[in-house]
Amino acid sequence: MRLFGRRIPVGFSLAFWFIVWELVGRARLSTIVPPVSRIVMAGITILPSEKFMKAAGISLRSFAIGMGLALVLGIPVGVLMARVEGIGRVLGMWVNIFVSAPISALVPILMGVIGIGETTVVVTVFLFAVFVIILDTQVGVRNANRSLVEMARSFGARRLQIHTKVLALSALPEILTGVRLAAIRGVKGVVIGQLLVAIIGVGELFELYSKHFLMEEFWSLVILVFLFAYLVSEAIASLERRVEYYASTR
Amino acid sequence: MSADAIVEVAGVGKTYEGRVQALVDVSLGFPSGKLSTLLGPSGCGKTTLLKIIGGLIPATTGEVWVKGRKVEGPGPERAFVFQDFALLPWATVLRNVAFGLELRGVPTAEREEIARQQIVEVGLAGFESTYPHQLSGGMRQRVGLARALAVDADIILMDEPFSSVDEQTRRKFQEELLDLLRRKQKTVIFVTHSIEEAAYLSDRIVLLSPRPGTVSKIIQPNIARGQRSADEIRRDKNYLDAVDEIWQILRRYVA
Repeated sequence: MRLFGRRIPVGFSLAFWFIVWELVGRARLSTIVPPVSRIVMAGITILPSEKFMKAAGISLRSFAIGMGLALVLGIPVGVLMARVEGIGRVLGMWVNIFVSAPISALVPILMGVIGIGETTVVVTVFLFAVFVIILDTQVGVRNANRSLVEMARSFGARRLQIHTKVLALSALPEILTGVRLAAIRGVKGVVIGQLLVAIIGVGELFELYSKHFLMEEFWSLVILVFLFAYLVSEAIASLERRVEYYASTR
Repeated sequence: MSADAIVEVAGVGKTYEGRVQALVDVSLGFPSGKLSTLLGPSGCGKTTLLKIIGGLIPATTGEVWVKGRKVEGPGPERAFVFQDFALLPWATVLRNVAFGLELRGVPTAEREEIARQQIVEVGLAGFESTYPHQLSGGMRQRVGLARALAVDADIILMDEPFSSVDEQTRRKFQEELLDLLRRKQKTVIFVTHSIEEAAYLSDRIVLLSPRPGTVSKIIQPNIARGQRSADEIRRDKNYLDAVDEIWQILRRYVA
């Protein structure tokens, strides 16, 4: 970033906003905006507490299972949609609707069908994540270099080999982008799912803090969830950068 | 058709989507151990014919016989070298060269051993763990050639392999190719649109007429290669005659 012709480190912008926030907080303009320093202190006390650990454990488990299912199902469905024209046409419309649909609105219905509990949250994460994975996988496989497929065929590749050894790898950059977007949506899914269910995991804590007006704890939890989503997405983005050269050579 | 033809094309025609006639009634034989060129203006269906021989696309009419067996698809006795190289961008040179063997389920140690030998043969020793995007066009095509050689097919089908390679590299590559293929006794079917390339490389040149493509003439340059250098060959009377003869035919097709 540059300001008045001078280079400014990226961290500066973050620091700047924290200072503004701190000043606003100290000015006691609003009770819902406590100073950053107090939020950080609250975070430090929450983090090692048994209650937080338990909530985080439940939330992470829901996130991991939901994402895992989305990957295991989303990638093959995306590949099939790109490779089998009929499947692509039948499912394409639904995937496109669901990728932009407000899934949160479905959670209450899910609660009615599946019940109030972890399963509902897992299903919510899955629904938040799976469609973007399907869509990006489909695009990746469609864009895969035709001549690589032809090459594999010329050396006697069977259908399964073409899919696993050529198409899946060829689509890897797009698949990773899909997975990264899905992970970000998945984090939202956990929080929204648990908030609506309101009796488990991080959602329970959010509910607890906001009900009792514990704004410092509330905000520190928001920042922790945000940090988690950011770290997951950055980890996947770094993988993406490693396969970036694909695009230029295919 | 010669008796020792390893590849026989009988009455092959190809019509795309029921309308565009790419090839019509092509019949010819390719002699074993020789380098034959398919030459013609763009759109004459030469690549289509090569891909039909390779079993990559089906013929609409007629059939292709390779070593006495009818072609129904790709087979281990034929290996393809692609115009755009078709290298796996995520795999090293070594893995790319071994890819044909990998698809056949040859164990890793064995296929890498074979691949290493072929990498040396095409002059890429030392580049085994390099990735395609780090190589020049000419080097990439050497990888493509090594991959075709690694599966030890009798017939090598080359689709304009040097068209994306610069002129200097192309000449050097041509010389080495001639040397390598003669030594290995491979049958080569080579698609090109370069008259000089065809005359320089070929034992036999099949001239195709433009759409719908069919055999216009077969020329055998009869250049005594022996131990002569590339420059000597390029001054050879038979070479120059062949170039001239081809041009006299092709100029009629150029609008």
